[in-house]
Amino acid sequence: METKKLFLVHNQLSKLLSSLNQSGYQCIGPQVKDGVIVYDVLNDVRQLPWGVRDLQAPGKYRLDKTANPENAFGWANGAQAIKPLTFKSEETLWKVTRDENGQLAFKSIDPEAKPVAIIGARPCDLAAMLIMDKVFIEGAYKDVRYQARREKLFTVVVNCTAPSANCFCVGANGDVRAKDHFDLAMTELEDGFVVEVGSDAGQSIIEKLSLQPAAIEQIQTADQRLEAAAQSQTKKLPKGDLKEKLFNNLDSEKWNEIAKRCLSCTNCTQVCPTCFCHSEGDVPALDGASSEHKRLWDSCFTEGHSRLHSEVVRDDTAKRYRQWLIHKLGTWADQFGTSGCVGCGRCITWCPVGIDITEEAAALCSEQEKSK
Amino acid sequence: MKPRVAVHKFSSCDGCQLAFINDGKVLLGVTSLVDLVHFAEAGPVDPYAKVDIAFVEGSVSTPHEFEMIKKIRENSDYLVTIGACATSGGLQALRNTANAEEWFKGVYAHPEYLDNLKTATPISDHVTVDLELWGCPVSPKQVVTAVRWLLSGVQPSFPHDSMCLECKRQGNVCVLVTQGMPCMGPVTKGGCGALCPSFGRACYSCFGPSENPNTTSFGNRLEGLGLMPDEVARRFMMIHSNTPEFAKAGKHFKGIPVVEESKEGGN
Repeated sequence: METKKLFLVHNQLSKLLSSLNQSGYQCIGPQVKDGVIVYDVLNDVRQLPWGVRDLQAPGKYRLDKTANPENAFGWANGAQAIKPLTFKSEETLWKVTRDENGQLAFKSIDPEAKPVAIIGARPCDLAAMLIMDKVFIEGAYKDVRYQARREKLFTVVVNCTAPSANCFCVGANGDVRAKDHFDLAMTELEDGFVVEVGSDAGQSIIEKLSLQPAAIEQIQTADQRLEAAAQSQTKKLPKGDLKEKLFNNLDSEKWNEIAKRCLSCTNCTQVCPTCFCHSEGDVPALDGASSEHKRLWDSCFTEGHSRLHSEVVRDDTAKRYRQWLIHKLGTWADQFGTSGCVGCGRCITWCPVGIDITEEAAALCSEQEKSK
Repeated sequence: MKPRVAVHKFSSCDGCQLAFINDGKVLLGVTSLVDLVHFAEAGPVDPYAKVDIAFVEGSVSTPHEFEMIKKIRENSDYLVTIGACATSGGLQALRNTANAEEWFKGVYAHPEYLDNLKTATPISDHVTVDLELWGCPVSPKQVVTAVRWLLSGVQPSFPHDSMCLECKRQGNVCVLVTQGMPCMGPVTKGGCGALCPSFGRACYSCFGPSENPNTTSFGNRLEGLGLMPDEVARRFMMIHSNTPEFAKAGKHFKGIPVVEESKEGGN
């Protein structure tokens, strides 16, 4: 495996795209759409968000210009991570048809999985995807649809040099720099990128570009930029065993205080890169001759998701928020051996009323210390 | 024999009935499965026919409607309300919160010709309703789903989660968070397919309150976006002012004195 760092100047980005396209990948990359950065089909590097940065606050997302119009990755993150590419918000799992004799025939609907290269995924996005891998394909039961898409995904991570005010990857035991499990990882400088190769697939793509090795100064500048980015984050999760701390506060009045603000609208869970809850339902054709069984993104904030054996077990917002927070920060570890939070800050930004997970977790955990 | 179906119209704009007609494939599909014995907007007229399923559009706003709905109920095995007016009272229920007599005088040259109840009320205030289809208007998809499930002998069920869930599934970008628009999605039932936000517009709450809506927190947020309390109240009161959740929110943000009328709505 090639470990030497390389340098890709900005005007070689289109060669990277061509190289990926020639190897059969459809490129998906960040671009400005509807006032936000989204991942969409990237046919041309001119589509990238050159000179654009994001301003995020609780319940607020705006775009602005950066000081450097030559940079394409001077922003933190967009409306969604990689999740919509691998875990579809709506898909048909199987279809049943009734023949002339009334016999039913069930047919599994196989996923459409084409090779896709995600360009400009963030280290937090990658960390979240590795958690989703544990959920969908590393357990006893594999989700064939997620697996098919995941295996054909090529990841070009661009390390984060411009965290938003809502970012706290460092304070969630993560990093602004991806360490492994990528195909390529790049750190943007004024005139290009320091590139690391992380896989054989990455090596075969990068070989075609004939890049120069990165100079020591370039590597040092990249390190300095990443260090500054990590230092710039102000939010963080409380330290210690959050599961224990939160479980000690199951009956805290704090949950009711949060519920006074929480809209139970599900936005936090829909933008969270690790939330995987879903519901299934049937959509029969009007003539009754066929029916599709569909899977949809769902949320622990809905009544339907709280219904177990015809009883709604979490009948108010306080219980639903408690379920979400304690699972995400606490019991997730029991299930998957890791926290469910990567510190991307999306649940803070995209909450219409700006509820801040780091503030609520800190308040709940400090409450416990007070009572000691 | 095919099941017999009637589509009735009360006080309404007729828009919900179009859910049966606008999509030709839907109309052909439905008519191949059921006999439409009464559907004035589409042709057949037999308002007193005994039917298996009656769809009712519109609110109860006149003495005639007050009597008619009881007869329709008696003649129908299963009664479905379609749309905001029939399900919550709709736009015209705004008059329940005001001095409607003064409005009539202001609008009509000869208000003495009007024969109205003092209130416009949902069908469920008067008779038992078996299924409610929310929306202003309802969509062909809702109607088709209801017909199909009923023909299969299954009680239809529709999600009452927030519209945000649908919006995010569609990959829309939140217009409230990115543009500060007063989008009603967080307190509104889904079902429209997040139509307005899909076109960059704020939700008007055509589908009424979602389950478990936090109207106070959401209204406070709208004030934070720059809406005056009166404007916040109007966002809640526009289409579904007669739902308990939005009536309460309207009162909270504006202090509108809601006229307490008897459920019978008698003149």
